[in-house]
Amino acid sequence: MPLVADLGRAELARRLGGPGLLLRTGPFVSRIQSNISLVADGIGLMYRDNVIEEPGGFADFQVRLRQSAGLRRWWHPQVRFDHDGREPFAPLPLAQAWPMFEWVMNWCVSNRAHRYLIVHAAVIERNGCAIILPAPPGSGKSTLCAALVCRGWRLLSDELTLIRRSDGMLAPLARPVSLKNASIDVIRAFAPDALLGPSVPGTNKGTIAHMKAPAGSVAQVGDVARARHIVFPRYQGGAATTLTPLSKGQLFIRVAENAFNYFVLGPAGFDCLADLVEGADGHEFCYSQLDEAVALFDRLAGVTP
Amino acid sequence: MTQRAPSLLVEVLSAPGRVRLLDLPGWERLLRQANSANVGAILVFLLEEHGLLDDVPPQPREHLEAARIVALRHRRLTGYEVERIRSDLAHLGLPLILLKGAAYAMAGLPSGRGRLFSDIDILVPKDRLDDVESALMVHGWASTHHDAYDQRYYRTWMHELPPMVHLRRGNAIDVHHAILPETAPVRPDPALLRAAARPIPGDLGALDVRTLSPHDMFLHSAVHLFFGGEFDQGLRDLFDMHRLATHFGAEPGFWDGLVARAIALELTRPMFYALRYATRTFGTPVPASVMAAAAAFAPPRLVLALMDALFVRALMPPHPDCAARFDGAAHFALYVRGNWLRMPLVLLTRHLFHKAFVSPRAAEAA
Repeated sequence: MPLVADLGRAELARRLGGPGLLLRTGPFVSRIQSNISLVADGIGLMYRDNVIEEPGGFADFQVRLRQSAGLRRWWHPQVRFDHDGREPFAPLPLAQAWPMFEWVMNWCVSNRAHRYLIVHAAVIERNGCAIILPAPPGSGKSTLCAALVCRGWRLLSDELTLIRRSDGMLAPLARPVSLKNASIDVIRAFAPDALLGPSVPGTNKGTIAHMKAPAGSVAQVGDVARARHIVFPRYQGGAATTLTPLSKGQLFIRVAENAFNYFVLGPAGFDCLADLVEGADGHEFCYSQLDEAVALFDRLAGVTP
Repeated sequence: MTQRAPSLLVEVLSAPGRVRLLDLPGWERLLRQANSANVGAILVFLLEEHGLLDDVPPQPREHLEAARIVALRHRRLTGYEVERIRSDLAHLGLPLILLKGAAYAMAGLPSGRGRLFSDIDILVPKDRLDDVESALMVHGWASTHHDAYDQRYYRTWMHELPPMVHLRRGNAIDVHHAILPETAPVRPDPALLRAAARPIPGDLGALDVRTLSPHDMFLHSAVHLFFGGEFDQGLRDLFDMHRLATHFGAEPGFWDGLVARAIALELTRPMFYALRYATRTFGTPVPASVMAAAAAFAPPRLVLALMDALFVRALMPPHPDCAARFDGAAHFALYVRGNWLRMPLVLLTRHLFHKAFVSPRAAEAA
């Protein structure tokens, strides 16, 4: 199967500007159309190890990002997202085209992929031990996820944990990790070799930079995993590294609070979540030192130092 | 009519067996058109009725199943909300008459399968409006339009209370006392509609939850689309009429009595349009005698030619595949026409002026 890296910049831009680039991310194929160079650059860099499908294939999602026309082409240029002729979001400044692309890709999955119970959580795996990190924004979930991935954990997803309802397995997406504000420099210092895209200031989440998913994680995107632990991380300056167990009842409620489609799924969502919670241990996790956090996660996965 | 080829979506809604010929890119096109017309979930139930679901390739099948999940949740919420409303109003001794989407869903009609809607519409006698409004407020429903102009617009000129939303559950209810505004030139008598309403099958029917009669459901759907100003769901609404006519057409007396009922309710023109565009778009099986009788209520030829041009554009799925020049103009012309039909010119000018210049300023100041 050809990869984005095999296409070359000119062919990539041609497909994006024409019938669409059919980009595979885990179980999904997105038809991406855009004449914005930031989008082409971002895909060329962040998705270079991803498989592309033949132009005549089937796409699950349609993602069209285009520049506003008329006066807006010159004066405070904007990027608009168009989904089958509808525009579910307000336009953003053109400089935010790449973060918008990533948000829109998340939105497509969380609104449509009801074959999965979808939890707002990072998920990583090592030694066959998958750990789900659900958390509200600002808890340091993405920072921790990026740090673990830079120390040999496999990235399944930074934003969307997909729990397959048929068998409870976790389906990887292996898409970029979204780092915000201070986390960007934290990860640069922690893992100087990590591939980070340009920092985009002024978004409604502050400054954003994406870290590319490691090539190994993208190559293994077809390998589903089983959740062993569900850890709610909380970064707290100066805090000691502590892991506190959660009861099954607490765990159930807290995962449900972070799920996108728990209520949409109804009884099927309840059953799926009950099975997930039954098979995994829940913890609250407080940390300030990434090295200590990684060491603790390695122990959870049975990795001997 | 213009020579534009029917969209793939319209072909499939008219003749579901057409999907047997689709390749994967064809399926993608169909699903995208269906999503943009808000009929994604309607499609899955339609294909199921025709025994076509098992032949759908796995990738599009997954999307159809996802749409089904969303529709089933919508149905659960509707059932719950209707039961709440029934119990909130039970002490008033009125039947609970459901209109449109909620009626189709609760009565288990084919037009209700997979149809998503944003609020529950009910019909009550005008002289009981105050009682109904108070009872709903006591149970947590609150008016959404706080602007004094909007309140007066609804209460003086419209056929419904300003929409109410439940404070905790966030669902919306529209309380109607008629199916056309007070200001419209024709005034279908709500007493006739209420008198002909019939209980829905099952337990809720025994608790006096009703829908309009089959004739009135069809005519209400027609008046809503062809006297309303909003066509962004036009294809879906016209498909409702196709499904209602196909379903009730099998009941004895439906076709025989339709024209007489439209005359009694002063709704002959919308009936004409509904039959014309449903048969032309979906091939709805309407007896020739009914088409001939309805033709007496056509507008003058020039007007009809204009309407054909406007409706054909407005009834396309809003997907870019199907878009053509002047579609925006057609939608705008129909919006103005819809308001024109519902208000005299002086009032309409005043209303549009207020909406264009006064409301935005008031919103800014707030």
